Amino acid sequence: MEKVYANMAGIVLNVLVKAGEKIHDGQEVLTLESMKMEVPVQSPAGGTVKEVKVNVGDFVNEGDELLVIKK
Amino acid sequence: MFKKLLVANRGEIAVRVIKGAKKLDIPVVAIYSEADAQAPHVGLADEAFLIGPPPVAQSYLQMDKIIEIARESGVDAIHPGYGLLSENAQFARKCAEAGIAFIGPSPEVITAMGDKVQARETMKKVGVPVVPGMERPVTGLEDALAAAEEIGYPVLLKAAAGGGGIGMQAVQQADELARALQLCQGRAQAYFGDNSVYLEKYFAEPRHIEIQVLGDTQGNVVHLFERECSIQRRHQKVIEEAPSPFVDPEMRARMGEVAVKAAKSLGYVGAGTMEFLVDRNKNFYFLEMNTRLQVEHPVTEMISGVDLVVEQIRIAAGESLNIPAGLSIRGHAIEGRIYAEDPQTLMPAPGPVNSLEVPEGEGIRFDCGVTAGYQVTPFYDPMIGKLVVWGEDRDQAIRRMLDVLGRIKLGGLKNNIPLLQSVISNEQFQRGEFSTVFLTKLLERGN
Repeated sequence: MEKVYANMAGIVLNVLVKAGEKIHDGQEVLTLESMKMEVPVQSPAGGTVKEVKVNVGDFVNEGDELLVIKK
Repeated sequence: MFKKLLVANRGEIAVRVIKGAKKLDIPVVAIYSEADAQAPHVGLADEAFLIGPPPVAQSYLQMDKIIEIARESGVDAIHPGYGLLSENAQFARKCAEAGIAFIGPSPEVITAMGDKVQARETMKKVGVPVVPGMERPVTGLEDALAAAEEIGYPVLLKAAAGGGGIGMQAVQQADELARALQLCQGRAQAYFGDNSVYLEKYFAEPRHIEIQVLGDTQGNVVHLFERECSIQRRHQKVIEEAPSPFVDPEMRARMGEVAVKAAKSLGYVGAGTMEFLVDRNKNFYFLEMNTRLQVEHPVTEMISGVDLVVEQIRIAAGESLNIPAGLSIRGHAIEGRIYAEDPQTLMPAPGPVNSLEVPEGEGIRFDCGVTAGYQVTPFYDPMIGKLVVWGEDRDQAIRRMLDVLGRIKLGGLKNNIPLLQSVISNEQFQRGEFSTVFLTKLLERGN
């Protein structure tokens, strides 16, 4: 099990993958927005998306869990 | 003079404008979003109104709602600050229709300077130097050689249909042109399906220097010297100073004359800034004009003694310029912008301000939009304050800046103070030898 964490505090602008979807290492999985800057978040590993833990518009802190990936 | 003024902004600039209005004994109305209920500008104003939810589109950009609040509270002037609605011609027009003075130039001037291509053409017509270049594609090598000779080396070959720097070739001298032309045309064809290329002047490591102007409704225009703004990252300024260590009196006079002439030809009313690209031979070229108060206006205030916000308000009220004749530069001022960001990655870092202590003393000014206990949210610009210092000369200003940066206590929030320290203590910076690529290079070397 791999987890994708927020690399900064911000608001979830969009989620680019769904549960059950196959993704590759380094794929952009969602975008965070903070202080007028949009920052893409990439998956640190390939596999299948087991769970998306956030919704568009949610506020997350740096280090919060965003996604769970099943290798 | 105005009976009541509304500040259509937030953060440190809203605080700054309120202080200016108070100097003129004008009561101030503030607006705030749900995220800003505890913000300093709300407490400082005489009245404050909630405008909407945190995102700017639902709050600080709500033009009709802002004008409605202004009308209901008896406001006769709106100061837009910088950013947000400050360069919005439609908002300026709506204010005029509501019988409220918009503190800034006319909607026509805002529009003319807002379109960068139109602004370049307008400036060129009144004799302001713009980046020299061809306004048509190259027809062949002979044509390119002649054009390059006229523009002056080094030149830059660019794809006419292109963008994003693809295919661009810098050419240092005439014997490199044939090969570069072939390369550039080939890439233009491959990427854009069109091999048209053109030439413009190439600046390897330019400086960014701007001139502050003030114009009144009687047609008087003055300039208040230059600001050096080359220390930038992601096209965002980080450290500014006045005067520029690169500009001598003769160059200052030339730049000032051009800026005043251009502002006069526009019929410019209020405070405005002309930004120039400057090469190492002290040639300067118009980049754009900002038709508002600039973030870095305090450095100009500290070396000129002019309160720019007070002048803006007086001008909007129809009064004539109040600048002493023969005003000269007094000392040297440096501003460091304090951003809520990770000092290593430069990523935005919203969070709580647990403590904030800034030393006070001669030549120290801190324009700030947060206080201890305040929560910096992800909804707005990461800039939370500006530390400005003044010294008798540049060396003293540098020493003072380093001293104050070392003694600021900003707890709980990641911030760029370590980055400001590494720039100000850098030898090249201290010698005044830098360009717009300085900070990027410094960061690449790992501070």
